[in-house]
Amino acid sequence: MKKLLTGNEAVARGAWEAGVKFATAYPGTPSTEILENVATYDEIVSEWAPNEKVAVEATAGACMGGVRSLCSMKHVGLNVAADPLFTFAGLGVNAGAVIITADEPGMFSSQNEQDNRHYARHAKVCLFEPSDSQEAKDMVKEAFAVSEEYDMPVLFRMTTRVCHSKSIVACQDRQEVTDRPYEKDVKKYCPLPAFAKGMQVKLADNFKRLETYSNTTPFNYIEDNKSEIGIIGSGVAYRYAKEVFGDTASYLKIGFTYPLPMEKIAAFAKDKKTLYVFEENDPVMETEIKAAGIDCIGKEKLPTMGELTPDRIRKALFNETVETIHPNPEMILPRPPALCAGCPHRGAFYELGRRKDLMIFSDIGCYSLGLMPPYNATDAMICMGASISGGHGVQKAFDIKGDHSKKVVSVIGDSTFFHSGITSLLNVVYNKSNTLTIILDNRITGMTGHQQNPGSGYDLKGEEAPIIDIEAMVKACGIKELITIDPNNLQMTKDAIEWGLNVDGPAVIITRWPCVLKKLSSMDKDEFPTAFKQVCTVDVEKCVGCKKCLKSGCPALAFDTANKKSGILKDVCVGCGVCAQICPKQAIEVEAR
Amino acid sequence: METKNIVLVGVGGQGTITAAKLLTTGLMEAGYDVKMSEIHGMSQRGGSVSSLVRYGDAVQSPVIETGSADIVVAFEKLEGLRSLEYLKPTGKLVVNDTEISPLSVVIGTSTYPDGILEEIKSKSDCRVMQASKMADDLGNNKVTNVILLGSVIKLMGLAEIDWESIISKNVKKQFIDLNIKALKAGMDAV
Repeated sequence: MKKLLTGNEAVARGAWEAGVKFATAYPGTPSTEILENVATYDEIVSEWAPNEKVAVEATAGACMGGVRSLCSMKHVGLNVAADPLFTFAGLGVNAGAVIITADEPGMFSSQNEQDNRHYARHAKVCLFEPSDSQEAKDMVKEAFAVSEEYDMPVLFRMTTRVCHSKSIVACQDRQEVTDRPYEKDVKKYCPLPAFAKGMQVKLADNFKRLETYSNTTPFNYIEDNKSEIGIIGSGVAYRYAKEVFGDTASYLKIGFTYPLPMEKIAAFAKDKKTLYVFEENDPVMETEIKAAGIDCIGKEKLPTMGELTPDRIRKALFNETVETIHPNPEMILPRPPALCAGCPHRGAFYELGRRKDLMIFSDIGCYSLGLMPPYNATDAMICMGASISGGHGVQKAFDIKGDHSKKVVSVIGDSTFFHSGITSLLNVVYNKSNTLTIILDNRITGMTGHQQNPGSGYDLKGEEAPIIDIEAMVKACGIKELITIDPNNLQMTKDAIEWGLNVDGPAVIITRWPCVLKKLSSMDKDEFPTAFKQVCTVDVEKCVGCKKCLKSGCPALAFDTANKKSGILKDVCVGCGVCAQICPKQAIEVEAR
Repeated sequence: METKNIVLVGVGGQGTITAAKLLTTGLMEAGYDVKMSEIHGMSQRGGSVSSLVRYGDAVQSPVIETGSADIVVAFEKLEGLRSLEYLKPTGKLVVNDTEISPLSVVIGTSTYPDGILEEIKSKSDCRVMQASKMADDLGNNKVTNVILLGSVIKLMGLAEIDWESIISKNVKKQFIDLNIKALKAGMDAV
């Protein structure tokens, strides 16, 4: 049966076909849809983990327990999970385990562009890299076989283009894989130094065997076009190279990229006048090929940043550009993402942005947009959870210097708080910080497309789940000063910020209102009866055209330049009322829809 | 055959991805090799979105380079202008005569440019569609995307594919007739 699948859907299908029974992930672009699709298969127990470290540990445990297990994450998630990854490599597996990392060449929705293939070398795990959906599905199945045969978790590198592009996949039935018995074996599962030394030896032996596998697996194959130009390529970069060179070059396509098939590479290189290496981001294969004394062209000509798309290859190697039509640049306005109409973060950022006495340390989520005009609120961001701990550091530095001109506010979402904000908040209390932390609780993981989290009341399978109470969690971290507010009420938001800044010691404000794009649960409907059921209208008689409402940055507003009056797009507005509270002439009314 | 390239562009929420899904499903069932690429992430928050569709005997790259699209269909004017760079000099552009303000216009720091359609027309083989208005006339603004899809199908010579069956299999039952009407309206409009 043929289906048109994204790479992420294909990985999920491959996991199902491979007989996987346990899967877990923390959502993150471009990996999110892997677990969303895995969860559609009844045979697989599928979970959202609170973070990637938890996901890798749960995967290690489930495979130890005897069922084939998988976890997925975006590239930066593997940094969070690096600790268990390195030791998991030494422990090895019982049933097979695959760890999927989705890298982002081009950084469409990420804070950096790290190349996670380095983790394979660093942690000593083998690595697959598919170039399209068919390979993604087939390689996931093979990865489980390799994991069990060579006794190690397998790393699987996707990239945004492979994750989010669709291509045709021939689907098969699910393989029934026998569960493995769990047997106590401390030498295998307890890496005390005495046992861990043996694990290192076992790993080295398995890598020796994997070199043979790499030289013989059909996922590393040659397409001989009798050309003097040879191309070694991995991932979607191989497809891009093929787009440029077609049949004028011969190819060594490498799908199993660590350990590299060095014998196959040497044999392929032998009769080539020119040898190119195409890989996205860092010169990982190239460095190793050159170290083996094989001359090749790679990153001295090809870009190390961004995607290695055909146009960039043509430009880099041949200085060729395709003729294009150029629109008048003066007419092109950028269209950056914006907080949605009705976004509950708007009230918080409107009020935070108005104050000049704050250093605002933000976190990773839709609220990263608090950096943008018209709020211009945010000062800094690093990674998941860093708003609270980074903010703690900044406040300590201000205190050490005796600089009281600014006070630190840390801003973090509900899902990010569960991910890695809790330990940071513990640090704030334990080390006697006096920062203000604002937890923007929009009742869902918003940025990645509405995944459930420990606070939302449902799990990945859509079943009801215990709700972890953020207030109770904050109090348990030792916070004494805590207030929960409705962020659409600007006066309440403003007063809460003022209160939090004047508390002696650390304080927390929780803003609680659902994401406008969330499908409201019955619990949400009970708690927020007016949510998204209203609409704002402008009384043109009262509107003086002062444009103050536009400072809300709401995409439902439209200023009529001819008549110098504000207007509101009824189809877009959900009646949060933020603009109505900003209007100095009370010209905006909130009505029931 | 040489690989054909179709670019669908719009603003998050306009239904470009749904239209691309119908298009690629039809192409696959007609026996073509197909690849489609789109960028997710922050697009739901009102950013520009694009779906790149390629079909032929054997498609390698899932992306369409600038200057390579046989057709660009723009669900919004400014996005049409922005995506002119995708178009082959001999390619066709279909643009929906609709305006959605980017944030800088909303907050009053810039104004939505005048004369976009004239600029596009002066530089490309362009068809201006009143797809949003046609969708309103059909009673549901949400089928704007399928109207535009109809125009692409016609202009790319793909009308022979059984689109009614594709729609029937991929659209909620109560919307099948409406979508088939929308597709036909789009095909008839170019």
